[in-house]
Amino acid sequence: MIDKFVASAEAALADIPDGATIMIGGFGGAGMPVALIDALIAQGARELTIVNNNAGNGDSGLAALIAAKRVRKILCSFPRQTDSWHFDKAYRAREIELELVPQGTLAERIRAAGAGIGGFFTPTAYGTRLAEGKETRRIGGRDYVLEYPIHADYALIKADRADRWGNLVYRKTARNFAPIMATAAKCTVVQVRESVELGALDPEVIVTPGIFVKRIVRIGHSLRKAA
Amino acid sequence: MKKLDRNEMAARVARDIPEGAYVNLGIGLPTLVAEHLPKGREILLHSENGVLGVGPRPAAGDEDEDLINAGKEPVTLLTGGAYFHHADSFAMIRGRHLDFAVLGAFQVSVAGDLANWHTGAADAIPAVGGAMDLAVGAKKVLVMMEHLTKSGESKLVERCTYPLTGARCVDRVYTDLAVIDVKPDGLHVVDIVEGLSFEELQRLTGVPLKKLASAA
Repeated sequence: MIDKFVASAEAALADIPDGATIMIGGFGGAGMPVALIDALIAQGARELTIVNNNAGNGDSGLAALIAAKRVRKILCSFPRQTDSWHFDKAYRAREIELELVPQGTLAERIRAAGAGIGGFFTPTAYGTRLAEGKETRRIGGRDYVLEYPIHADYALIKADRADRWGNLVYRKTARNFAPIMATAAKCTVVQVRESVELGALDPEVIVTPGIFVKRIVRIGHSLRKAA
Repeated sequence: MKKLDRNEMAARVARDIPEGAYVNLGIGLPTLVAEHLPKGREILLHSENGVLGVGPRPAAGDEDEDLINAGKEPVTLLTGGAYFHHADSFAMIRGRHLDFAVLGAFQVSVAGDLANWHTGAADAIPAVGGAMDLAVGAKKVLVMMEHLTKSGESKLVERCTYPLTGARCVDRVYTDLAVIDVKPDGLHVVDIVEGLSFEELQRLTGVPLKKLASAA
């Protein structure tokens, strides 16, 4: 019998080695798998490469991972925010490497990895400093930049409901990067609010089919209101 | 001469958004356009983080941490709105499905180059978000910005001195002094605020402007 639920976040992340590349879902706080990140901090893996849209907000989640000096490099589109002080400090101290990627290119590089695509040409960033040194091509009269996929060892994401086969549905804009990150990692670990019986999720509305999911941890938490 | 304030600028942009349009409003000043869209027009607002049909800000106490816009502000969803993941969201942008993107800017050049993501300062931490995707992807790119910098220099320039967000991508610029179309043969003034002559606008702007027959 397939059962992807594991007993705890600690058990789900126990095998993450130093130097791993980890995708972390979430856009700001929406969809950030905070319980998994807390467990990752406790687990102790170091020299991590992190893929996320941002570089942490406030003092929890990804910001706490950066504050704990576990991150060697981050790939993101929007690191600088009013509450990104842990990243700002580490970046200015040259303790963290930044690869700045336009948001749509970040999403497509992740999607490409999950879909087995070796690279793609995008019009985004053509003629800007974010395309410097990259191969370009004119296709149908338009200029494009060659971009490569981003593969990960692990993806840590948050979903709303899951069944034991790993089928997932999300909640509102907390979905953001999670469905594509789930496809792009060797091992996708999901934090879910609720576990449901097989068959309880309408097959017509399952967003992430279980084939993309390895481990699920149920984290009972009430839905907090935004600040 | 009476400069337009932020709300008047937003209302001026909103007036030009037609029924049925799919629109992305950038963070900051462009977000204000949402509050001025004419009642009775069905206009669908897109937000990069994965929502189409963004509704107004919720009442205090009704905010939901899972329902935010690209500026990470709490929003609501219109009846009929939809959620989707980031690759789909940027397919909408890059795939030329959005009718308009309204973006802020540091500078716009006579060729329609846009600079709005980086001041170029050596110690600045860069952040780009979806700006470069919107610049190349939307069918029409509308820019909202003050006409002049705080020190009185024109933000419409011959060549952008700040790092580019996109080349030759801007279609129209709305400032606190004028509405200006970017065309292959240069900048065409569509509208000027009350009490400002074309000649005075030209003097303040510094790059050549063309006068539309219908402009004051």
